[in-house]
Amino acid sequence: MCGVAGCVALQPALAAPSLDGVRAMVGALRHRGPDEFGLYRDARAALGHARLSIIDLATGQQPLCNEDGSLWIVFNGEIFNYLELREELLALGHRFRTRSDTEVIVHAWEAWGERALGRFNGQFALALWDAPRQTLVLARDRLGVRPLYLAEQDGRLWFASEVKALFAGAPALARELDPAGLAETFTFWTPVAPQTVFRGIRELEPGHVRVVSPLGVTDRPFWTPSYPERREEVRPGTLDELAGQVRAALERAVRLRMLRADVPVGCYLSGGLDSSLVAALGRQVQGGRFCTFSVRFESAELDETPYQRELVARIGSDHRELVVARRDVAEAFPAVVAHAERPLLRTGPAPLFLLSGLVRQAGVKVVLTGEGADELFGGYDLFREGKVRRFWGRQPASTCRPRLLERLYPYLARSPVAQRAMAQEFFGRGRERWDEPGFAHQPRWRAAAALQRLFDPGFREEAQRLDVVARLLGSLPGPFRRWSPLAQDQYLEVRTLLSGYLLASQGDRMLMGHSVEGRFPFLDTEVMDLACALPDAAKLRGLDEKHVLKRAGLGLVPDRILARTKQPYRAPDAVSFTGPDAPPWVGDVLSGEAVGRAGVFQPRAVERLYRKCLDGEGRGPLSNADNMALVGVLSTGLLHEALLRRPPQAGAPLEFRTVVDRLAAPAGAGARGDACRSRSG
Amino acid sequence: MQVQERVKRFIVENFYVADPEELTADTSLLTGGYVDSTGMLEVVQFLEEEYRLEVADQEMVPANLETIARIAAFVARKAGAPPGA
Repeated sequence: MCGVAGCVALQPALAAPSLDGVRAMVGALRHRGPDEFGLYRDARAALGHARLSIIDLATGQQPLCNEDGSLWIVFNGEIFNYLELREELLALGHRFRTRSDTEVIVHAWEAWGERALGRFNGQFALALWDAPRQTLVLARDRLGVRPLYLAEQDGRLWFASEVKALFAGAPALARELDPAGLAETFTFWTPVAPQTVFRGIRELEPGHVRVVSPLGVTDRPFWTPSYPERREEVRPGTLDELAGQVRAALERAVRLRMLRADVPVGCYLSGGLDSSLVAALGRQVQGGRFCTFSVRFESAELDETPYQRELVARIGSDHRELVVARRDVAEAFPAVVAHAERPLLRTGPAPLFLLSGLVRQAGVKVVLTGEGADELFGGYDLFREGKVRRFWGRQPASTCRPRLLERLYPYLARSPVAQRAMAQEFFGRGRERWDEPGFAHQPRWRAAAALQRLFDPGFREEAQRLDVVARLLGSLPGPFRRWSPLAQDQYLEVRTLLSGYLLASQGDRMLMGHSVEGRFPFLDTEVMDLACALPDAAKLRGLDEKHVLKRAGLGLVPDRILARTKQPYRAPDAVSFTGPDAPPWVGDVLSGEAVGRAGVFQPRAVERLYRKCLDGEGRGPLSNADNMALVGVLSTGLLHEALLRRPPQAGAPLEFRTVVDRLAAPAGAGARGDACRSRSG
Repeated sequence: MQVQERVKRFIVENFYVADPEELTADTSLLTGGYVDSTGMLEVVQFLEEEYRLEVADQEMVPANLETIARIAAFVARKAGAPPGA
């Protein structure tokens, strides 16, 4: 787990990339890999690497090359099946110098080309530089667990794990917010790759490989999600048989992620089904000290402590807890936004940023989490809501069918008739289009997009020039409409919220902010393929979510955890910033001057919002819309201050352990010209 | 102040509208994204406090509350109606 960066001159006449430029890029990524730093440079390309050493601590330094020094790699992530691939490659005659998974990628690329990427069971962002062919290959894992950003200017291409490294390496790049990226954020909660919130900066799409060569540029998926299109493609079996298969696949996924590490592996524990399953299975692999970590909340409404402790008692883990108060959320928020590098509509990432700090303090570098289970096994209310709303849409005049909403949201049954009428208006709008792609997501997207009314009129005009929903729905894979409605909803959820928010803003960035690697057994290729092939009724049985996963957990996870209804993870939102102990920067960021400077929101509208939130203090909870609005405005302002307003700050100089500078004089000071010996540090 | 004007000012302030110009008497507050279902409860609370009227459950429907013009007409009807009607 690491950070990668680099620069390639796309035209032969350009000067070689500067070493200082790539050093600055690596410097901006030092939190991702504080253990070792490395560089490679030739006349056309430079690669940089910040390493968090997890596998092959002694010889896994990067950049790393093939036998003859012609193919170089920088790599962020893990290939969990690297030992199996290594055996295959050895049989094909490849020779290895290290025990690392990184070297396996180099040889796999030589042996299989782009097909190699489809064989990796892992989480990765990588750059391969084929020096003789002057070809750069960039690739990202199926769901984009690991980030990779690109920018091009004046015939040069920069790439890096985080945007701040692009700004550090290419100071001439414009540092501006992109209205289309903001429109996506204030619709889907995240920009959808390749769109970013920065003008001129693109994100490599998950599951894609981009090849930049003198012949031109190609960018294509090496993997696309696939759900059954016909009955025969659905995985056969009784529910119990399927649950057995899920458990076996998950066991293998956890085992692989526990054992393929040369450092201790811990586990996050939320108190819900998914992380409980992972922790219980992790315990079976790790007989010795097994560390688990939980966030607790002061607010009883959000807290899940009793469930966390029940699981800890069952598995006997070495458990650490972090109690998060709203003050802690507010204090961490500027750092959270600087790491997330995008506006946030929720504060959920903040406690996880604080939790990774606790993990690091405990001396643990790697944690398993339950991320992905809700998307792959149908855990979200959105899926249940979509099912009810489609059922209603087929008989739009029915008065019985909308009552099913009360089974989803029991508070509605206890609400006055009036609120029910309004809720029906909300959930029922557009129900005659129940067969259209995106139907289940429309209420959520509409609610977030309504906040664009806060945009400054000029900015909004630019933001709305593009219909971002139409663009997303216009980019769906060919078979999409032949998938079941649930599969369609799952696909959209994975593409938007999982890849762009949960794995990024709330995942990779919050973990790497404290140099901790997350591993996600539910995103194992075998688990994912199985989940996609399951019958819908195994996932959503009636309105029972993640049904097959609950069966898979029988006897492994306490019954009380299997039986509980899903509690969405939430942290204290706007209330963190409006109480008497709110930090002083809140007022600064929301001031007319700062809001005007950032240019996204209309200062008067922000003033109204802020006043409403302040006045509401102590008068009961703010509405979902007010919460999202305040958090969205604050995070956009913080982002502007941290990344855009000022040029990037260079940190203390780094000491590079691996330096391969092919432009250096043969006896160049400190630089080792002989590529293949560069790793002997 | 005219009811329409007063209601509009409340909507602009309470739902932080950046461009009050775009909000006309006939703009749909719900489908236009100004007021969501929870927000509609805030509108009702405002009407009850500002015009000292009581809004019954069955009156809280889009037909009465969908636009500023409808809200004003609803308030006028309530004001003209005998108590308890």
